[in-house]
Order: sequence, then structure tokens, then C-alpha cells
Amino acid sequence: MTGHSIARSAISGMRRGDKSNKRAFLFDVLMFGAIGLALISLLALIIQTVVKGAPDLSLQFFLNFPSRINPANSGAQSAIVGTLYLMLLTAVFVIPVGIATALYLEEYADKTRWWNRMIEVNIQNLAAVPSVVYGILGLAFIVRGPLGLGPVLLAGGLTLGLLVLPVVIIVARESIRAVPPSIREGALALGATKWQMVSRQVLPGARAGMVTGIILSLSRAIGETAPLLVIGAASSPRFNPSGLGDAFTALPIQIFSWTQDPNSVFVNQAATASIVLLGILLAMNGVAIVMRNRYEQRW
Amino acid sequence: MSASTAGPNPDNQTPKAPAEVGVSGNVTDLTPYLPPVDSEYDLEMSDLTGPKEAPAPVEVIFDCSDVEVYYGEHRAIRDVSLSFGLREVTALIGPSGCGKSTFLRCLNRMNDLIPGAKVGGHVIYHGQDLYADEIDPVQVRKRIGMVFQKPNPFPKSIYDNVAFGPRVVGMEGDMDEIVERALVRGALWDEVKDRLTENAFGMSGGQQQRLCIARALATDPDVLLMDEPCSALDPISTGRIEDLMSELKERISIVIVTHNMQQAARVSDKTAFFTVEMAEDEKRRTGVVVEYDATDTIFTNPSDKRTEDYVTGKFG
Repeated sequence: MTGHSIARSAISGMRRGDKSNKRAFLFDVLMFGAIGLALISLLALIIQTVVKGAPDLSLQFFLNFPSRINPANSGAQSAIVGTLYLMLLTAVFVIPVGIATALYLEEYADKTRWWNRMIEVNIQNLAAVPSVVYGILGLAFIVRGPLGLGPVLLAGGLTLGLLVLPVVIIVARESIRAVPPSIREGALALGATKWQMVSRQVLPGARAGMVTGIILSLSRAIGETAPLLVIGAASSPRFNPSGLGDAFTALPIQIFSWTQDPNSVFVNQAATASIVLLGILLAMNGVAIVMRNRYEQRW
Repeated sequence: MSASTAGPNPDNQTPKAPAEVGVSGNVTDLTPYLPPVDSEYDLEMSDLTGPKEAPAPVEVIFDCSDVEVYYGEHRAIRDVSLSFGLREVTALIGPSGCGKSTFLRCLNRMNDLIPGAKVGGHVIYHGQDLYADEIDPVQVRKRIGMVFQKPNPFPKSIYDNVAFGPRVVGMEGDMDEIVERALVRGALWDEVKDRLTENAFGMSGGQQQRLCIARALATDPDVLLMDEPCSALDPISTGRIEDLMSELKERISIVIVTHNMQQAARVSDKTAFFTVEMAEDEKRRTGVVVEYDATDTIFTNPSDKRTEDYVTGKFG
């Protein structure tokens, strides 16, 4: 082969082949099709919700209680307040337990021991358990059974806490693991005790990831309907829970019971409540993003 | 700038750690060229006060005998017997995987942190066996500073980085002064005095490493262990750290692991050459000390063929 022909064959190898071009195009179409499908269905859902729900969205909706007698003056105060309480309770329960468990598993547990590996595997599996199963657990152990709290706010908070606990543990572990070993060594070499190392270097270093993960877990918790239905949240109560031992409802439950109503006014109010719930979720995710951008630690 | 004028009490080297760990007082005046402490040697040595050929007798700060380290079943180093003198720089050189760093980490019980690691033999620090049952490794690390291969500043301000050690140790005194003193000794004060509150991650690699040195010095240790402190740095930063080391040795002892033989020759008073021993039956590598002597001797007139081959670049 002469030098010229070598060059020519090399150049022809560089040309875009028709065949691979077609395939790439097909792949592009599939990709955009998939993402388009997802976006369009989401958009349709949001538009329908807004169209139906927006007319009722007023300050009154936030301030009034659900009312059968006077549907036009019905509102979702008890559900909104219940959701906020639930979120708070879940956070109070899940943050210390989740972080402590994650710290134990990452920093203290001897991974060669079978029981620690068992805990790990179980937590991974628990994260994948359907939420209704947590509802049954809550019903059997918290509402009735050993704790016997009844269908009250505390029971709801604990059930939702159990539901998101595995996720919080996993997220917290990831953040702890992201703190490089050299930081731990550096702290210990300076004479820090293990706890000083953990509390002054590892936890602050993992803080941003933990906070983000916890907020996202909480937003999952307040969107859950099934476990609360199973443990017996109240339907359309005309009062806010006055304490941990009081009956409660939450936005998903209120939405659920309104959609069941033959009166179309309530179906529209279900859409309004959905907008409120979506608003809360968006706000939480927004906070999570801001926190992450602000405090994220790059190593 | 002279590091020795930095602190208010340059001669008082005793770190302020609880006394139990402390010096039991029977520190022997051995010239470092002699074999490890033996009771018979003690008697003979008391006659040999005047230095004849070697440098003046140095107070032994570390005296290690028959140190061996197991990682699980695998023996990483064996029969390491070395002693380090006060205000001396000792270099540990040798090919990769010969256990220099492993040995260095025995000196402040950092090996305890590796699951499955077991240390045998004796590591005597100021007359106290660091591996005795009653010794708390945390207290050991308070008194023996360490600098790692890669600069590992904490994601905090420069000030907080330096103050971390004194704070966890519970050092008394004005923290601003302690931080300033440490940064001066780490040859970093002039560069950072106006930005102490800035995050240490914004510094250059060489500055970060000097910060780590300053951080280790903040608790007033009398030994600094350095594990290839310059391997991640450019030549200029390396030169700065070497200058810093020669200033520091006015007051403290330094044990440095290095892959860079020129560096060992430049900075150290004594050099220990490690090598890898391959067992015949098992394909395991175990590190041993081939030769330990004054740096000049190691580099110009080594007594072992393996040392000569290594320092002249025939292998390694």
C-alpha cells in the first residue's frame, strides 16, 4: 500500500457511517420520547389539578375546617396543621435515631461481625418495604399492641418515622462515608478521642448531605397516604390536634377522603389541597437544594 | 526568622498531658550507634562519657526493639530495632512496600486504627513502653505529632485547624497565642496572619502541608513523625519544608519516611534502610531493617551490599 492509499483509507474510516448515524438518531428519539412522556404526564396532572383546584385556593381554604354542611366554606386547616405536626414529630424521632444508627454503622461497628452485617442488610431491605406495610406495623405495635397509643398524632409521627428511618440511615451513612479517611487520621493523630474526631470532624463534614437527605425523606413522609389510612387517621376533623394524644388528619388523608365524596365541590377541594401539598413539597425540596449548595463540602 | 525564638518557653518541651503516661525517669545516655538497651550495656555505658568519633551522646527518645507488625496473618515487618535521639532527624528509606510507613505508625499507635493490625516487640518512648496495657493510645498521640503524605487540612479556617489539637487536648493558655506560635514554628505565620479565618482548603498544597505541620506542633510534641510529607509537593514547596525541618530539629526530634534519597541525605542525621524480604514458601513480603547508621555513612560507605545497591540506584 502506498502512503497515499493508507491516508485515504484512514480518512474514509473517519467519515460518519450512515448506519451508526441512523442508530444514534433512533436512540435520540427513544430518549427524548421517554423523557417527553414523563414530562407530559406530569404536566397534564399539574394542569388538571391547578384548573380544578385554583379557584378554591384562598386564605379561607387555609383557615377553615372541612365542612359537610357548608361545602363552599370548607377548608383544610386541620389537614395542613396535622401535616406540619406530623413532619415535626417525624423529624424529632428520625433525626437523632437515624444519625446515631448511621454513625454506629460507619464509625463504630466492626464489619467483620455477622450481626453488624445483618443490621446493614436489613436496613437496605427495609428501605424497599412498601409503605402500607409500615402502616400495618404501626397499627399492630403503636396504635394497638405493646404501645397501644390509639390512632393519635404521636402514633402517626412514629409510623412515618419508621417508614423513612431506613432512608435517613442510608443517606446519613453516605454522607459520613464521604468524609475522607485522611480527616479522621488527622484528627486522631492530633490526640483527639474517637468521639472528638466524630463530633468535631466527621459530623460537621457530613452535615450538608445529612440535612439534604433528611429534608427529602421528610417530604416523602408527609406525602404518604397508605400508612396513615391503615393506622386510622381521622377523616375531615373540625379541630386541630391539641396534643400528641389527639386525633389528627393530614393533607393526603384529606385529599383521599374528599376525592371519595360524591359532591363535586369536595372533589375540587381535593385538587386545592393537592396544590397546597405540592407547594409544601416544592418548598421543602427548594430548602434542600439551597442547603446543599450552601453547605456542601467538597473534599 | 528563627523558630527557636518563637515560643515563650522554648526549652520546656514537656507536653502538658496527664502524668500517668509520663516519663519514668530512667532515660539512659546511650550513643545511638549502640544496640538496643540492655541492662548490661547500661553499666558499661556509664563509663563512656566522652564522645570519641561519633557526635555527642544523644538522649534517646525512642527505643524500639524487635518490633513486628501483623496485619491479620500477614507479617508486614519484623525485628525492627531502632532508636531515635532527641533533636535528631532520622530518615527511613527503602523500596515501596518495605514497611517504613507501617513502622512509623507504630511510634504513635496509629496502627491501632487498622482492623486486624497487631504490634509486637517494644516501643519505648522516654522509658515507657507505648504498648503496655495501661497506656492510652489517645494520650500517646497527644504527645507525638504526625504529618501525612497528602496534606489533610480540616475543612475549617486556618485558625481552627491549628487550634484543633490544643482544644482536644485541653491545653491551657491564650488560644490566639498558641495558634500564632504554632504557625510561626511552621514557617507559615507571615503568609497567613491576615487570613486566619479563611478556609484552609483555599491554600496551596505546600501551604496546606506546612499548616499540617504547624497543626501538629501546636500541642508542643517532642517528636514529629512525617510520612513522606513532600511526595505530593512541588520542588519549591519541598525545599521550604526541608528548611523548616532543619529549623525544627533545634527543638524536637523528627522521624521521616521518604522515597527521595536526596531528601534523606539533605535533611537527616541518621538513616535506616529498610528492605523487603520475600519468604520462600509463602509469597509474603516482610519488611526488615538492613542497616542503620549516620546518614553520611549510609550514603558514602554502607556496610551492607543491599544498602549500597539501593543508594546508588541499582534497585528500588
